[in-house]
Amino acid sequence: MSAALKVVRAGLFDTLQDLGRTGFMALGMPTAGAMDRIGLSLANALVGNPTNSAGIEIGVMGPDLLVDADSVRVALTGPLSPSLIEGPDAPPKPLETDRSHLLKRGQVLRVGMIDGSSTAYLAVAGGFAVSPFMGSLSTYSRAGIGGFEGRKLAAGDALPLARAAAPGGDERKLAQPFDYGSGPVRVVWGPQEEYFSAEGRQTFVSQEYRVSKEADRMGIRFEGPVIVHATSVQKGGADIISDGIGPGAIQVPGAGLPIVLLADRQTVGGYPKIATVASVDLPRLGRMLPGHAVRFAPVTVEEAEALRRDQEARLLRAIAGFVTARPPGGIDLVRLYEENLIDGVVY
Amino acid sequence: MALHTAIGRARSDGKLAGVVETVPTMRSLMVTYDPLATSRAELQPKVAALVAQGPAAGLKSRKLTVPCCYDDPEFAPDLAEVAERTKKTPEQVIAAHLASPFKVYVLGFMPGLAYVAGLEPSLFLPRRTQPRVRVPRSSVAIAMDMTTIYPFESPGGWHLIGRTPLWMFDQRREQPVFLAPGDSLSFQRVDRKTYDRIVRDVEAGSFDWATLVKSK
Repeated sequence: MSAALKVVRAGLFDTLQDLGRTGFMALGMPTAGAMDRIGLSLANALVGNPTNSAGIEIGVMGPDLLVDADSVRVALTGPLSPSLIEGPDAPPKPLETDRSHLLKRGQVLRVGMIDGSSTAYLAVAGGFAVSPFMGSLSTYSRAGIGGFEGRKLAAGDALPLARAAAPGGDERKLAQPFDYGSGPVRVVWGPQEEYFSAEGRQTFVSQEYRVSKEADRMGIRFEGPVIVHATSVQKGGADIISDGIGPGAIQVPGAGLPIVLLADRQTVGGYPKIATVASVDLPRLGRMLPGHAVRFAPVTVEEAEALRRDQEARLLRAIAGFVTARPPGGIDLVRLYEENLIDGVVY
Repeated sequence: MALHTAIGRARSDGKLAGVVETVPTMRSLMVTYDPLATSRAELQPKVAALVAQGPAAGLKSRKLTVPCCYDDPEFAPDLAEVAERTKKTPEQVIAAHLASPFKVYVLGFMPGLAYVAGLEPSLFLPRRTQPRVRVPRSSVAIAMDMTTIYPFESPGGWHLIGRTPLWMFDQRREQPVFLAPGDSLSFQRVDRKTYDRIVRDVEAGSFDWATLVKSK
């Protein structure tokens, strides 16, 4: 018996992603991986998976997925407009985010639009039965590598599930929405801050920058005040001998506007990098949409490390603090609805 | 490069826990670490100690021979122009490319794309002013003091002077990327017939890549 999620209608840019294909940058291989590691980790944890399992990263608008398995447990994370679950012979019901749900054969999950973020995640209990490439299921679509046939999902795809049926157990729910933080995006200076004038560095950390339309999995181009290089661009002030580009590196080419490089970034580059986003704030950038405004605030390496450890501790506490999605009194109304036992009473 | 290798060895010996990966380039070595597993303060002295050690003894580099067909005008659309601008005949351009002692310095930009330095100085030219929108996979190109081989069909601004039947990136292989930083390589001229034969084997996945490695 096959076990798959069938794409009935494709979203805009849905790809399989785990936490990235690390270890091969020296061969020119971008890491790819989830733009929002927290969203993917929470979705996985809600269905009982290790946090680094591959899930579907939903870009802007989600797909419609038909359950072609006895049952499957799913969880959606991210600010989605209501997603719906439709049975073959039942009216559509909303499907809450940040909790797990048991879906049955023949049901269709209509993932909603994302509202105020560029990414959301869908995880399935047991994960997808897709072979990893170089140790990872992350899709790097520019080179057609990894994930499901190296590309975004298309109508007609059947994503094979590792489990033919969902494991038993209660549904789980995130007790309260995870706090991604607000305020300025924290950055560490360098590695090439000396390529910018004191005035240019001051502009970068004191002015507001806006996400332009050129924002995708590779990176975000920002619009805002021009950052002045120390040496004129004509004299090569915006050129360096290419070096490695880490996650969150902020390149400033000759035009003086910052580009933050994210999951699908190239491995090396020849523009000077004024600063690097502290890893604690990469998930926030991974959710940003054109028009979002940010300020950048410098922190030390030690502060950046401490912020990241604190965020990880909060993530682990959020996972340890999942509540059973069952009302007091012991009757699991949600499950009853899903089993279609009392639909007639409720509706 | 030596440091990249030294860190790689230290990691496989279980030292340097928390290092995620390293990226060698011509100017620097980027070390990525997991702040949940270590810190810069903890790693810096360990990496500094490896720097102080100098190049690891017995650092081995491969010597590779890469077949290249220069004869088909479709493979070498820029050969005539390169010849004109360097005041050579096309045959002299090919001879200079074949004689260049190449070394792989960096891979990057896209998976398997190698920046290979060592081009014979009389062939130095800047990149094309107008990059091509589409450069065929496995095109052999030159620009500045380097040569490269395109792993995928992609845009590109280098001068195309030949094509290799090899794929620089093949995800069916256990080591999908053929070239590695530190490799020495030289090109070997092949005619169109030989090119076609090797392409068939490469496409079928039956090509014996070990025949390209002269020594270890």
